[in-house]
Amino acid sequence: MISELFSVTVLIGILASGIRLATPYLYAAIGETFGQKSGVLNLGVEGQMLLGSFVAFYVALTTGNLWLGLLAAMLVGAIMGLAMAYVTVNLHAQQGISGIGFYLFGLGMSELLFQRFMGTVETVKGFPKLYFPGLSDIPGIGEIFFNQNILVYGAYLLVPLAWFVLNKTTLGLKIRAVGENPDAADSLGVSVARIRYFTIILGGTLSGIAGASLSIALLNVFQQGMTSGLGFIAVALVYFGAWRPVGVLGGALLFSLVNSLQLWIQVLGIPIPSDIAVMMPYVLTILVLVATVSRVRAPSALTKPFERGD
Amino acid sequence: MTEANTLPSGRTRIDSLEMRGITKRFPGVLASDHVDFDVQSGEVHALLGENGAGKSTLMKILYGMYRPDEGQVLLNGQPVTIASPNDSINLGIGMIHQHFMLVPTLTVAENVALGLPSSRGLLTDLDRVSKRILELAAIYGLKIDPDAYVWQLSVGQQQRVEIIKALYRGAALLILDEPTAVLTPQEVDELFVIMHQMVKDGHSLIFISHKLHEVVEISNRVTVLRDGRKIGTRPTSEITKQDLANWMVGREVSFAPDRGNVECGGPRLQLKNVSCGSDRGTPGLRGVSLDVCSGEILGIAGVSGNGQRELAEVISGLRKSTDGQVILEGQEITGLSPAEITDRMLSYIPEERMRDGMIKDFSIAENMILREHEKKPYSRSGFLNLGEISRHADELIAQFHVKTPSRDTMAKNLSGGNIQKVVLAREIFRTPRAIIAAQPTRGLDIGATEYVRDQLLEQRRKGVAVMLISEDLDEILALSDRIAVLYEGRVMDIVPRDEATPARLGLLMAGVHPEEGAPVVK
Repeated sequence: MISELFSVTVLIGILASGIRLATPYLYAAIGETFGQKSGVLNLGVEGQMLLGSFVAFYVALTTGNLWLGLLAAMLVGAIMGLAMAYVTVNLHAQQGISGIGFYLFGLGMSELLFQRFMGTVETVKGFPKLYFPGLSDIPGIGEIFFNQNILVYGAYLLVPLAWFVLNKTTLGLKIRAVGENPDAADSLGVSVARIRYFTIILGGTLSGIAGASLSIALLNVFQQGMTSGLGFIAVALVYFGAWRPVGVLGGALLFSLVNSLQLWIQVLGIPIPSDIAVMMPYVLTILVLVATVSRVRAPSALTKPFERGD
Repeated sequence: MTEANTLPSGRTRIDSLEMRGITKRFPGVLASDHVDFDVQSGEVHALLGENGAGKSTLMKILYGMYRPDEGQVLLNGQPVTIASPNDSINLGIGMIHQHFMLVPTLTVAENVALGLPSSRGLLTDLDRVSKRILELAAIYGLKIDPDAYVWQLSVGQQQRVEIIKALYRGAALLILDEPTAVLTPQEVDELFVIMHQMVKDGHSLIFISHKLHEVVEISNRVTVLRDGRKIGTRPTSEITKQDLANWMVGREVSFAPDRGNVECGGPRLQLKNVSCGSDRGTPGLRGVSLDVCSGEILGIAGVSGNGQRELAEVISGLRKSTDGQVILEGQEITGLSPAEITDRMLSYIPEERMRDGMIKDFSIAENMILREHEKKPYSRSGFLNLGEISRHADELIAQFHVKTPSRDTMAKNLSGGNIQKVVLAREIFRTPRAIIAAQPTRGLDIGATEYVRDQLLEQRRKGVAVMLISEDLDEILALSDRIAVLYEGRVMDIVPRDEATPARLGLLMAGVHPEEGAPVVK
């Protein structure tokens, strides 16, 4: 039975779906990286994803336009980000608590809207797999790398892009400075509030895409609570990745591969209780966080509201 | 633009800057009351005053961090409006803040480039920034590596980064807010060399300090502020330190506290080969052996972060030692809990008085019994004796001259000096056998400093063993009978007061034994 896992077909399947399942992690965690780099912990990612997920699905379902759905999810994520930014930057809220508030809002709101406008689970035809002449037909490699939809490729493109913005642009320099020593940035005329608004809204937008990637690109359904903790894992991935996009990529792949593995274990009927299998990514989260907790230092100003003092 | 009014950095110099009738009100406080102040090209103008005298307010107004309620600023005779730090930077005014405004995880070049437009638009141009930093460094004789991370630099080097940062932004006038507070004597000398060079080149410097000897050494003119008002401005050559101190405090101040002659008893507090870790996991103390005799003040000198905190915490039981013994009056107290050590009559005046010495949201009366609250007469079988606690508080407030509206005032609402008086009252009233005083006057003004020092000397007269941990060499020299210098968790040397000079201690603080053929300065 176990040996079935190691057949070439199954391995290709695990890798292909592993690559694909990393998509929502990547969008959400890269967005979160920007926020945390600027000193803001957004625990509301899960809520932003849920709402993004629903809105994308509903708009796609009613208009038949997937891009419109994606855009709507981005907009909803951005608006939630804006609210989060107001609460943390202007009102100096405790970020851990307000983030949970936004999570609960997203959870409840997506459920309410689902009940009100849909009521039953429906499906849409999500973003299609792209076909690369020649490449997609390569055995194995083709299926793993060149047989995915556009949101998957977008997620991977985001990694070098985020690295570039953070490390090679003046904006990135400001974001890093604001997250480490906002007083210093302020004294040099950098607006701490503006930078944080930017990163939180960007994070919300990307969380919206992460949600949309689930409902209109990967699973192509919407169900209540369908993100099932994925947004929280994304927050953990930022720690795991030591606030570096490449690290986040590594973490996202690790989790999605484990997830993919456990899915295949269930599919193949391997006699491991499914509860245990489903638990694997979450247990891994805890183990990884315990192992990495003191490895790198978080941005110094993380979770600290900024107020111009003396 | 003629050669004469251009600075080496290429910037036009500021011939004169004048602040006229500056008034700033905060709720309930007149922080600045019609203050006039001016600085000319090529001079160091010292701004002297106690905490709360209005120095920072005045300078924050000049740097655009506060808006004045009244008054105006004239640059080269022309009125200017400074509404934000950006405005002042554009006018050629730079400020070196007391707490460095640097991002430790960024490189020197990144810190300098932060907030500036880049020659490559959205992309950073760190290579060009680095080149310009090296040019400026060469002109002003500041050694600096643009690619080094700030966290790797010493405090003195970080200050140079701050100066470069200001010069890079074209500062012709520099405000230096207590720049020497964190430096070793050698680093202070280096800073003064740089300042002399800048003044010679035509920069204007405003030097904020409350260290009188530095003001006398470096400045051309000095202005004294007190309670938001200007007391006067004089050429430094025409005024003595004593006059300045009296101006600052508003009464006669004694400089050399009367130490008196005290007979040293036997060793009361002993450390034998004590080692411990630090918060960073590196060794904090490495085999420290010390004796503090009764009736003695043992000064512990050293640059911040060389084991002072760990030393105080190990003795008071807050930190576990990994090796060695701590002995109080012949009894070993190593590894006892802080409460047990308290019971053996060791008092501790912690470095972070707001964090470790006080509970901010407790009243003064409550803070005064923190150490003894489980003992009679303050409590009985678990119940607080509120009447006795109030009486005790009133007594201490009167005896230690704590300025407070009432005993029920929250500790956080007191000034630094009064908070320290509350801590002192609590720690001294119980007639301790030994006192560990960590940075007891840091951040206090002259009046409160004088009071705290007198109290420590009084304890010494009573035969208490006092360990004084201080980064202020003047304080160490003024109070100590013997001076131990800590460097990287080791005792470099223990020097009797009479043989100690700032130069000798400074070398020891930098980890150099003067005897061992190290380059002794001039």
